[in-house]
Amino acid sequence: MNFPILSTIIFLPLIGSVFIFLSKSQKNNQSAVYVSLFTSLANLFLALFLWYSFDKNLTGFQFIEESIWISGFIKFKLGIDGISILFIILTAFIIPICILSCVNSIKERLKEFLIAILVLETFMIGVFCSLDLVVFYLFFEAGLIPMFLIIGVWGGPKRVYSAFKFFLFTLLGSVLMLVAIIVIFWMTGTTDITQIYEIKIPEEYQYLLWLAFFSSFAVKMPMWPVHTWLPDAHVEAPTAGSVILAAILLKMAGYGFLRFSIPMFPIASEYFVPLIYTLSIIAIIYTSLVALMQEDMKKLIAYSSVAHMGYVTLGIFTFTKQGLEGSIYQMISHGLISAALFLCVGILYDRMHSRLISSYGGVVQYLPKFSLIFIIFILAGLGLPGTSGFLGEFLVLVGTFQKNQLVAVIASIGVILGAAYMLWLAKRVVFGEIKNQEIKSLKDMNFTEAAILTVLALPTIFFGFYPQPLMDTMNVSVNHLLSNYQLDLINHFSNQK
Amino acid sequence: MINDLYILLPEIFLSLSIFSLLMIGVFVKESYDLVTKLSLLVMAITIYILLKDNSSSKIFLDSFIRDPFSNFVKILILVSSIFVLNSSQLFIKDNKLDKFEYPIIILLSILGMFFMVSSNDLILFYLGLELQSLSLYILSAIDRDNLRSTEAGIKYFVLSALSSGLLLYGCSLLYGFTGSTNFNIIANQLNKENIGAVFAMVFILVGLSFKISAVPFHMWTPDVYQGAPTSVTSFFAVAPKVAGLAVLIRFMSVPFENILQEWQTIIIFISIASMILGAVAAIGQNNIKRLMAYSSIGHIGYALAGVATGSISGFSNSIVYITIYVVMNIGAFGCIFMMKKEGKYSEEIKDLSGISKNQPILALALLIILFSLAGIPPLAGFFAKFYIFMSVIESEMYTLAVIGLLTTVISAFYYLRIIKIIYFDEIKIEFDKIKNLNITATVFLSCVILTTFFLYPSLLSGIVIKIFPF
Repeated sequence: MNFPILSTIIFLPLIGSVFIFLSKSQKNNQSAVYVSLFTSLANLFLALFLWYSFDKNLTGFQFIEESIWISGFIKFKLGIDGISILFIILTAFIIPICILSCVNSIKERLKEFLIAILVLETFMIGVFCSLDLVVFYLFFEAGLIPMFLIIGVWGGPKRVYSAFKFFLFTLLGSVLMLVAIIVIFWMTGTTDITQIYEIKIPEEYQYLLWLAFFSSFAVKMPMWPVHTWLPDAHVEAPTAGSVILAAILLKMAGYGFLRFSIPMFPIASEYFVPLIYTLSIIAIIYTSLVALMQEDMKKLIAYSSVAHMGYVTLGIFTFTKQGLEGSIYQMISHGLISAALFLCVGILYDRMHSRLISSYGGVVQYLPKFSLIFIIFILAGLGLPGTSGFLGEFLVLVGTFQKNQLVAVIASIGVILGAAYMLWLAKRVVFGEIKNQEIKSLKDMNFTEAAILTVLALPTIFFGFYPQPLMDTMNVSVNHLLSNYQLDLINHFSNQK
Repeated sequence: MINDLYILLPEIFLSLSIFSLLMIGVFVKESYDLVTKLSLLVMAITIYILLKDNSSSKIFLDSFIRDPFSNFVKILILVSSIFVLNSSQLFIKDNKLDKFEYPIIILLSILGMFFMVSSNDLILFYLGLELQSLSLYILSAIDRDNLRSTEAGIKYFVLSALSSGLLLYGCSLLYGFTGSTNFNIIANQLNKENIGAVFAMVFILVGLSFKISAVPFHMWTPDVYQGAPTSVTSFFAVAPKVAGLAVLIRFMSVPFENILQEWQTIIIFISIASMILGAVAAIGQNNIKRLMAYSSIGHIGYALAGVATGSISGFSNSIVYITIYVVMNIGAFGCIFMMKKEGKYSEEIKDLSGISKNQPILALALLIILFSLAGIPPLAGFFAKFYIFMSVIESEMYTLAVIGLLTTVISAFYYLRIIKIIYFDEIKIEFDKIKNLNITATVFLSCVILTTFFLYPSLLSGIVIKIFPF
């Protein structure tokens, strides 16, 4: 097994984008579309093959690749465990869907758009594969460039403001993480995270370093009160951009907490639990209320994303098996559901050029197929049992209940609020009277759109009934993470006595 | 004695070539093209001579030093000048600046820089500095029918003369308090109790900060950058900065070695001030040359942050930084040379509006260069900053590191603004499609270096770390 499969997965999209860049521009960019579809599908198969050959019973990292990189002291190290592989598959799964969805909706500069998406895929998979802090930072930050362009070039009327806000917020959070990474390097002599796990960072440094990492992840997550860039970015981004943003980019922060904050700074993680709980609760309740009042469909889904991410942070910081698994599950399922919801809104927008809830109503009478799928995802979004959305939230709440019952009770209110805004959205858009006569002239989904949404709906329902494949994959890694974490804490507190 | 001359061979060759070229220029009519080509040849040969001998030796009563450090800096100066001179050909001809003196003055200023970075003695240092500065005054006013250009020349001359005066005063104080002009003897004589010498250090630092346009001695930079012809500005932005920083590093590590704490405080202040001003003042600029001026002030701030650590790794990372800065600036000015509309060159940022639609390649080049200037990974600019902050944090200067990184966020804003204008805005002016191999090759090379740097980042720092300590 000397074949560098991780590097292949990371750099294949980049190579594809170079081909697209070099290809001659055609009238409808046929070759660019085919090349990008081909590379992204090849990547999906590679990712599935990776899943297949992944040994679920090993605790450590697998498929490790190492090569000397910066002056010999920082290595370009890649590797995956049971948590990261799920995100790699999610990324590889979402990208072809985005490419298919944008072919019709992007009218201008399609070639450049496909290049941006493929480059972004490289960086996103790189984030989930890297086992070195500097490599991680490199990929984490590099993703800003294509996303900035996707929002700014192909976005809506307020795109400039949104793109700047997105870029500067994220950059501001991340530079503090860079300081922390360099501090860790000088403290431990390495940025290889498997070695840092062993070394144990002294307690007095953990708090500040944790906060520095937190500043970056909180912006990316996004957590209240630094979530304000997300609704703007979502509303202005083109559909494919919103899908990537909601489905994958937000997951980087949750993954960052699992991979970096908890194993590297266990004492600080335990210490800051009240902070996380408070912010998560505010995110769940407050943004759900805000989502209720939205008039723009994309904004509503964006705020619901913030609320869902609140469950993720809540679950991660319960440090229970259910909580952690629930969070990971929630991230994967939110990746599917929010992607589908944004695609649904995109389909409506392509026809009506309006995202306002008030311009719709009674869609079900003229777009029955679309309405069916839209309702499936709305129900999945509110966490109906039988969809993957239910299981994540449920496990998180079970985990939280073991640690702090009050928090669990408040968080459960969020579930009700979630049902409220989602169902109200369904009522106003899909059902009800036809207020706008234009709806009567709308055409139902074409084949591509139906295929895309069905492909997304299948795993949503499948994993709602049968979560075992995902759970099996992450089980050993989550156990390993938790037992190490508890061991660290026990060592720390017994030393104190 | 002959051996001494051999060590001085690059300088001797350069001066003899300058005089021969001058003669050619005087006696051959319409000789601009010939002289330029010969100058480029001279620079290439000088690089070859420099590469041949990389040993370390001092000659002429230890006043002149040739070591790997000075060799590296000289080669960097020459390579950047070759690219600048080459890519500015079209601009020079279009603006009727094609006088044969032009390349010769550039060579003269390079000769001055050579002596600067090789000096191990206050007198030689000052002579080299003045030779460089005098050539630069003339260069900035070379478009003598243009009001802006002459104004820039006069302004630069007056302010620079003042700073040279302060510098000279510092040198004389230093001589008075230590009894020697030789760097090594000064280093032995200096210690913290010698207040007079600390004063001298401050004056010298002021003079040097002026030359590399660090805040608060930066006032001339925006005006001169804007006023001087773009071809001259692009030279200003690279070669003198490299030479100035190299000389600063030599001063701090040889004569002022023992008063590290005294100069460290000052450099930290200058560095922070430059980073902040470079980031904030550039936001409101509409002229791209002015913007590049503020951006260069900011970048000098980062390079100085490396110097402020006072460690070998800090110095070498400063050199790495300035090298990458040079690559970015050569590319950026290459793009500015392409902002041409019906034979007239534009300097307004708003004229770049929407060029991504009909000149996608130029837009992409600017995108890469600007993101690299902003220090976003995986481009080379990120690694430059990464190295700097590695050494800053190694020296436990956390405040400097945090302020430095926060200013990168602010400065990211104005680079993003240009990208926004290029990519997001509607098209206003269609620039001519320039098919000039010199410019496109330069920009292309710069972009390739910036994008592929991440594959093997230790290549450059591996070379640079070997030139220390001197």
